[in-house]
Amino acid sequence: MLELKNVNTHYGQIQALHDVSIKVNKGEIVTLIGANGAGKTTLMMTVCGDPHASSGEILFEGESIQRMSTSQIMRKGLAVVPEGRRIFSGLTVAENLHMGAYFSDKAAYEAQLDHVLGLFPRLKERYHQRGGTMSGGEQQMLSIGRALMSHPRLLLLDEPSLGLAPIIIQQIFEIIERLRSEGVTIFLVEQNANQALKIADRGYVLENGRVVMSDTGEALLTHDAVRKAYLGG
Amino acid sequence: MTEASLYLLQQIINGLTIGSTYALIAIGYTMVYGIIGMINFAHGEIYMIGSYVSFIVITGLLAMGSFALPLVLFIALLVAMLIASTYGWTVERVAYRPLRGSNRLIALISAIGMSIFLQNYVALSQGSRDVALAPLISGSVLELGSLETFEVTLSWMQLLIWVVTLVTMTALTLFISRSRMGRACRACAEDLGMTNLLGIDTNRIISLTFVIGAALAAIAGLLLGLYYGVINPFIGFMAGLKAFTAAVLGGIGSIPGAMLGGLILGVTEALTAAYFPSEYKDVVAFGLLVTILLFRPTGILGKPEVEKV
Repeated sequence: MLELKNVNTHYGQIQALHDVSIKVNKGEIVTLIGANGAGKTTLMMTVCGDPHASSGEILFEGESIQRMSTSQIMRKGLAVVPEGRRIFSGLTVAENLHMGAYFSDKAAYEAQLDHVLGLFPRLKERYHQRGGTMSGGEQQMLSIGRALMSHPRLLLLDEPSLGLAPIIIQQIFEIIERLRSEGVTIFLVEQNANQALKIADRGYVLENGRVVMSDTGEALLTHDAVRKAYLGG
Repeated sequence: MTEASLYLLQQIINGLTIGSTYALIAIGYTMVYGIIGMINFAHGEIYMIGSYVSFIVITGLLAMGSFALPLVLFIALLVAMLIASTYGWTVERVAYRPLRGSNRLIALISAIGMSIFLQNYVALSQGSRDVALAPLISGSVLELGSLETFEVTLSWMQLLIWVVTLVTMTALTLFISRSRMGRACRACAEDLGMTNLLGIDTNRIISLTFVIGAALAAIAGLLLGLYYGVINPFIGFMAGLKAFTAAVLGGIGSIPGAMLGGLILGVTEALTAAYFPSEYKDVVAFGLLVTILLFRPTGILGKPEVEKV
């Protein structure tokens, strides 16, 4: 579904990704783990075309997307829940969700809205409230809900558990698994490696902009080096 | 009413009239700043071009004769809005878009260059002398007091300016708060990059704000042109500075702020001119700008810029 082949990304003179190759198959949950500054967010944003890859190839459903503009890529059927949630805090929950479905017709919008409000009943309660007035967990739900409004086939999640209470993290991971069972392919970037690897089919480990390991989620969970570096021994 | 209060009332009427047109121009500054964080210093020139186009259309249609005046004005308004919007759109494409992402100062210099270019371009093509139009709308709606003491008048022209401004601002507010594109404008103002990540071509939204701002400036160009009856290629400079002051006063980036700032500035100027030597009105207007920048840089309705985490 998504494939990166020898992707390099630069910020000016600084190279952030080195020959990264990653594959996400349809229906999978694939996670990317790594320390702070390893390039996880860069990798995810490179898929979105912001920044563009300086070399290599990115294929989405067989189509080469690395030269397209961000807005073109994001209309192809993938959606992103970016780092830091980035909800529109001055817009209401309803308006935030509407922004996610900017290109949907009315029927598709309404159907997807029902679906999202079913997944996150909390958003229904807060429907006419400004996004910025909600708690961190609620904002994360809104960010995921907004991404789902475009009915994506591939969902990119960048650290959805960051800064949230354990009980909320649990809920978010349950939602991710539920989305997969509904047929959404998931590419999950996480620092919370333990939780991410538990639900992932496969995982990649990123270090200093390079993929250093890839295996099934289970295998990585029990791998000695991974345990030491990312799972607290 | 006493003579003094009648006099005050007249100044407020005059101030609200000029203030309305400041507000119309200020919208263009504030919307562009709200989304891309730059001051479009060529915006005053767009207003001036709107004024010229409406003068040309009005003169032309009147010369052909057999048109009712309201129809002439309406056609002139539409043509001025259309042409000014084209200029607004083009200025952004030519002078600002290629510089986006570079240092803010560079875009600012480009804007000042664009402003000088447009001024001289109009001066060369239309002549740099004043162009006058005989008053088309005369008479007054309301007269209070008596001629012996002091008479307050609200002219039809003033009423027209109020009504057109009110209708325009209402339409703009509805567009921004209710429509799909208006929502996208607000989303862009909050987080341009995120709006882009939702698949929305933010360049088109940016172009849209330039077009809307230019159209509103053209409305002000027609109204003020008719009100004063005289225009020249250099009126955009002062009008632009005043409208910019209004936008900062109300809180740059805020649309209701631009409306409020325009009215406050207009009334302040009128009152200054009424009770002090009238040369002081610009001193007070820009003194207000300095004071606002010193004590409340976010303006009356502006939100303090929150550090993004």
